Amino acid sequence: MRLSFILNGHQVVLETAPDRRAIDLLREDVTHEDLLGFDLVCHDHRALEVKEGCGTGECGACSILVDGVHRLACLMLAAQLEGREVVTAAGLGTQADPHPLQRAFAEHGAVQCGYCTPGMVVAAAALLEQNPAPTRAEIRQGLSGNLCRCTGYVKIVDAVQAVAKDFAGEDSAEEPGAPCAENEGERP
Amino acid sequence: MNVLFPRTRAELFQTLAEPGARVLAGGTDLLVRLRSGRETAAALVSLDKIPELRGISETGGEGLGRGLRLGATTTHTELLAHPLVRARLPMLAQALSELGSPPIRNMGTLGGNTCTASPAGDTLPPLMALGAEVELASARPHGAGTRRLPLAEFITGPGRTALAPGEVLAAVHVPLPGAGWMQHFEKVGRRNALAVAVVSLAALLRTERGGTVAEARLAWGSVGPTVWRCPEAEAVLVGRRLSLTALGEAAAVVRAHVKPMDDVRASADYRRTVAGNLLLRLVAL
Ligand SMILES: Cc1cc2nc3c(=O)[nH]c(=O)nc-3n(C[C@H](O)[C@H](O)[C@H](O)COP(=O)(O)OP(=O)(O)OC[C@H]3O[C@@H](n4cnc5c(N)ncnc54)[C@H](O)[C@@H]3O)c2cc1C
Ligand code: FES
Ligand code: FES
Repeated sequence: MRLSFILNGHQVVLETAPDRRAIDLLREDVTHEDLLGFDLVCHDHRALEVKEGCGTGECGACSILVDGVHRLACLMLAAQLEGREVVTAAGLGTQADPHPLQRAFAEHGAVQCGYCTPGMVVAAAALLEQNPAPTRAEIRQGLSGNLCRCTGYVKIVDAVQAVAKDFAGEDSAEEPGAPCAENEGERP
Repeated sequence: MNVLFPRTRAELFQTLAEPGARVLAGGTDLLVRLRSGRETAAALVSLDKIPELRGISETGGEGLGRGLRLGATTTHTELLAHPLVRARLPMLAQALSELGSPPIRNMGTLGGNTCTASPAGDTLPPLMALGAEVELASARPHGAGTRRLPLAEFITGPGRTALAPGEVLAAVHVPLPGAGWMQHFEKVGRRNALAVAVVSLAALLRTERGGTVAEARLAWGSVGPTVWRCPEAEAVLVGRRLSLTALGEAAAVVRAHVKPMDDVRASADYRRTVAGNLLLRLVAL
């Protein structure tokens, strides 16, 4: 089928099998070549930040926003992207111009191996869109579909809370957590 | 495998009539099963573009009991956001809030949860206790292609439903309990999020003045091939207050009757104990 959708602000048009998984399409297929004068220019929009952890909806590493809604690219098919607007972590911000969440993740040490990070940032962005001043419990709930094998989550929650405070002025409910106080070592 | 997006009922039933065509809603069950090779499909028919299957409306009034029509492709997140679901069906809202994770709730639908007919399907115990009915739609002419069945008859076994070939679930109808009904849902899983229920209990109780139970409707998830009801335990509670003594007696009756299974998540013994103990929580209602 001929598929057209918007990926991180770029209009994408490509030929694909309708049942190709969205995650494979986003990671592998989104390139095209243009003849500009005598130069063959390769446009590479492959979204390698969309990670595959489990492929079965359990880990959240493949989190993307589809028309603003947090979804999983491993549980969507190419045809379901037709006409939609897809945003990945790379669409939220770039290295040169990071999203406040991306900056906060780096500043709070919320990134270790980094495999979960693009999905976490997308999930956090979706959460703050819905609830700009979440409590720590609400942050943990909002990120509960995203697993991290490294950080123990405390620093991730810290990072999201710091951004929420910036968004909301200082009226976000709680103090940044003393880790032991709320049993944070446990998975959500 | 083609993926089709019919836009009208007529197109829907036409596409579904093709051999090997399967309904695709949120895909959170079906795509996992297709990828693992446990199921196959020649074509997927998405319900995304059929507006009448989605959304929540009020029904009844004027003598008829008031209720909600929950469109089959309404997502768990959309159900949770609806003021009447939150205010009048707190047991369903509680179950939805514990189903999967935020992205699973954004994608998964009520119709998918119902048609998957898993013993651990989180919406099923509350819907069963509430006496929900399903609205099924087909191309067939009888009754203008629509029939209604109690949910308890629709689910015929683990993963099995009374859906006829070419038929879709259009909506779930839920009566709104009036004043005097108390609702409770609790799920025990291996962890808080993304946990398949090990045992769950939905309880709907009507009490009279003085707190005596007039009616009790109890439904357990994950303790049998389908949602399990226990009229014997309900009978123990009727005419009594929700004291620990009464609830303890009902719990003993539950443990005597329930026939749970062993699996990777828990042993049958554990499930039997928890299935009874979950009743004790009702003392706080
Ligand atoms: C990581 C993960 C965690 C999960 N956690 C939970 C959980 O905690 N609790 C829980 O209950 N479930 C859970 N699930 C299962 C699943 O998300 C739910 O059952 C969900 O409600 C399924 O809905 P869906 O729209 O995605 O269904 P789909 O996958 O689209 O469809 C499921 C089945 O129903 C059929 N179907 C769907 N809609 C209709 C219709 N309207 N008419 C006829 N047939 C139809 C399909 O053909 C298919 O056979 C989880 C799944 C995943 C991947
Ligand atoms: S890869 Fe999609 S949820 Fe794990
Ligand atoms: S930083 Fe390694 S998985 Fe989260």
